[in-house]
Amino acid sequence: MEIKHENKDGLCTALVTGEMNIYHALDLKKGVVEALARHEPLQIDLSGATELDTTGLQLLLLAKREAEASGRAFSIVNASEAARAVIDLFSVGEYLNCSADHNR
Amino acid sequence: MDIELGQARQTFMTESAELLEEMENVLLSLEKNPGDADTINSLFRSAHTIKGASGILGMETVEKFTHLVENLLSNVRDGAFTLTSATIELLLECRDHTKTLIELAASDAAVPALTEIKEAGLTERLSALLVKKEEVPEKRAVKGPVTDTPESGRLSSTDAWHISLRFGPDVLRSGMDPASFISYLGKLGEIISISTLFDSIPGVEDMDPETCYLGFEIDFKSDFDKKAIEGVFEFVREDCMIAILPPHSRVESYVDLIRDLPEDTVLLGEILVKGGALTKTELDEALSLQKSSEAASDGSKRLIGEIFVTEGMVQSDIVDAALEKQKKTQETRSKEARTIRVDADKLDGLINLVGELVIASANIDQQAQRVKDAWLLESASSMLRLVEEIRDTSMKIRMVPIGETFSRFNRVVRDISRDTGKEIALEIKGGETELDKTVVEKISDPLMHIVRNAADHGIEKAEARASAGKPVIGTIRLNAFHDAGSITIEITDDGRGLNKKRILEKAIGQGLLAPGQQYSDSEIFRVIFEPGFSTAESVTKLSGRGVGMDVVKRNIEALRGSVDVESVEGSGTVVRIRLPLTLAIIDGFRVGVAGSSYVIPLDMVVECVELPESEREGNRSSYINLRGEVLPYVRLKRYFGLEGKDARYENIIIVRYGSAKIGLVVDELFGEVQTVIKSLSKAYKEIKGISGATIMGNGEVALILDIPRLIEAVERAAA
Repeated sequence: MEIKHENKDGLCTALVTGEMNIYHALDLKKGVVEALARHEPLQIDLSGATELDTTGLQLLLLAKREAEASGRAFSIVNASEAARAVIDLFSVGEYLNCSADHNR
Repeated sequence: MDIELGQARQTFMTESAELLEEMENVLLSLEKNPGDADTINSLFRSAHTIKGASGILGMETVEKFTHLVENLLSNVRDGAFTLTSATIELLLECRDHTKTLIELAASDAAVPALTEIKEAGLTERLSALLVKKEEVPEKRAVKGPVTDTPESGRLSSTDAWHISLRFGPDVLRSGMDPASFISYLGKLGEIISISTLFDSIPGVEDMDPETCYLGFEIDFKSDFDKKAIEGVFEFVREDCMIAILPPHSRVESYVDLIRDLPEDTVLLGEILVKGGALTKTELDEALSLQKSSEAASDGSKRLIGEIFVTEGMVQSDIVDAALEKQKKTQETRSKEARTIRVDADKLDGLINLVGELVIASANIDQQAQRVKDAWLLESASSMLRLVEEIRDTSMKIRMVPIGETFSRFNRVVRDISRDTGKEIALEIKGGETELDKTVVEKISDPLMHIVRNAADHGIEKAEARASAGKPVIGTIRLNAFHDAGSITIEITDDGRGLNKKRILEKAIGQGLLAPGQQYSDSEIFRVIFEPGFSTAESVTKLSGRGVGMDVVKRNIEALRGSVDVESVEGSGTVVRIRLPLTLAIIDGFRVGVAGSSYVIPLDMVVECVELPESEREGNRSSYINLRGEVLPYVRLKRYFGLEGKDARYENIIIVRYGSAKIGLVVDELFGEVQTVIKSLSKAYKEIKGISGATIMGNGEVALILDIPRLIEAVERAAA
């Protein structure tokens, strides 16, 4: 699991690759904290997420809530099939601003 | 985390093994007593639990297959069709197949082609049965509005179930993922709406990523009953808050639910309306109703269950099921309270420490004897007594009854009797007899072999039995009992017995026995345990698949036990296995020979007498006349080839093992010692007559005499 932060055109993109599951919970949390430390709108790219479980989803929800609280826009883009399935299962796609058009 | 996940799997493995065992027993009892509703229920429950748990753990192969089995069982339970012996046979095969699948899934191995073929066959047979009785709906009629109850309020207009879930904080850590439960729920029906509640996620700093903070409100359409839906959450039931409202529940019960949940009332109300469980008017009405009734009854909340029952909301069968379930949980709870699962390694660690403690306290006792201080002596002896008690108690922790192993043979005997067309009954006695868990585990295979031999080759076909004037049904008896510090297991059959003459001929032919000599029965029968002894063509055909009798003997001897056979041609065979109760600590009797110490297991000591002067001449070892009984004896000094002057007095210790008694001549008698058995390294394995060593209180090493082997050697030398 790896998280890459990238700042471009006033947008902070966090690219997550690998398994977003309980095995990497602590690293994921660190990544979320880092991403939240910035001020630009936050965009999370899940194109490389091979797995998403409740642990990972919980952190996405946290990121969204916190970003919103500090007045930043939040969105999820390019969600992989595995990630999308879990987001849909919990029906939080709308809340997480995970648009279907970006998908694939 | 890997370990946690492993633990959940491990628990599943243990539990499924127990469930499968139960299924087998239940099926066998159903075979004798078909149509017993209770047993069918328990069968269904077992299959259902395995299915649910394997689904949650992601063992798809297991889940898929057990689902079919469960379907069939649910039809049986609903009385759609009765169990025939063919169906039971099929279910037994399915049970075996499930076992294989679980084992494969546990080791993450791919399913071999052969298993797949087997599965296809079983699936086909299962489906054939299911198709025959297709469309036996499991749907429960939902009660309409109860109009004649004056109290009855409005019923929700929805036809969906409402499920409220608040997962416990440790769910993720124990290797379970709420996502799997919900996607599994999706397989039982249609999830109409789901709201994920995450308000309880704390701020960034306090949030522990491995803690679960989520809750769900789900509206769900399904034809399954409440029990089945509850079953989905079986594995997290204890840590989670789960509320399931059936379709058309009273509006008030939704309101009660809302009030019982930790979240904000308004938010929950909105969720319910959004999910379609309630309409907006229904909700408003109910909330105001609730308020007024609350005021009237001094705010005392009625229990949900009470409301359910008094207002006729719940179908009576659900209440029955709930009551039964509650009773069952209570039973298992109280059982759980009485037993705990302990890692065997921890127990071994404890036993080892107790062993050291025994040695240390023996040392203190010796020092106290030396110092001759009265107070110290008293303290030392009371400590010695306590240590002895600790030793006995901790040894008892490892003791398990052998009955469980015995009952496993029901299936073996049943299968053989079916395959061979013989009628065989298995009688079990002494199943409550306890022995060390390691011993139980290791004795299981040899026992299996012996039982299989008895059923396969010992018992004759019905016609043969009838013409021999024996009862048509052959009997195999398993019996276990304690006897002089060891446990005896007897496997008795009333079959054709061993053909002594043929065995003797064969043995002479193979050079195992000398021709022209007189042999006792037990000597001849002992040959069947010899590694080279081929019995393939012998009349008794005492040969089986897998391990041979030599391996049986070796396994038993590795446990410091012994095995012998008695047989009367035409009327049956008894195989008698003797095993020590424990492998670790024994009461011993310490003796001195040529300056060194030896320990004899106290249980085998019969008595000690002074060696008569007449026997002392010429170092001969022969026979002693003990109150009219003639016993062979041996001088240990000579047996072990030790040097040293003869003591002024020599003592002879009479030891007994099984039915054999011999005398051992020693120089000195020291008395009882607690002996912690330490095994000897491989280099000493070949020394006949020594089974281990122990460290005594003074730090010296004493060898433990292997009495069974010594008796064998002395008897052989005497003959």
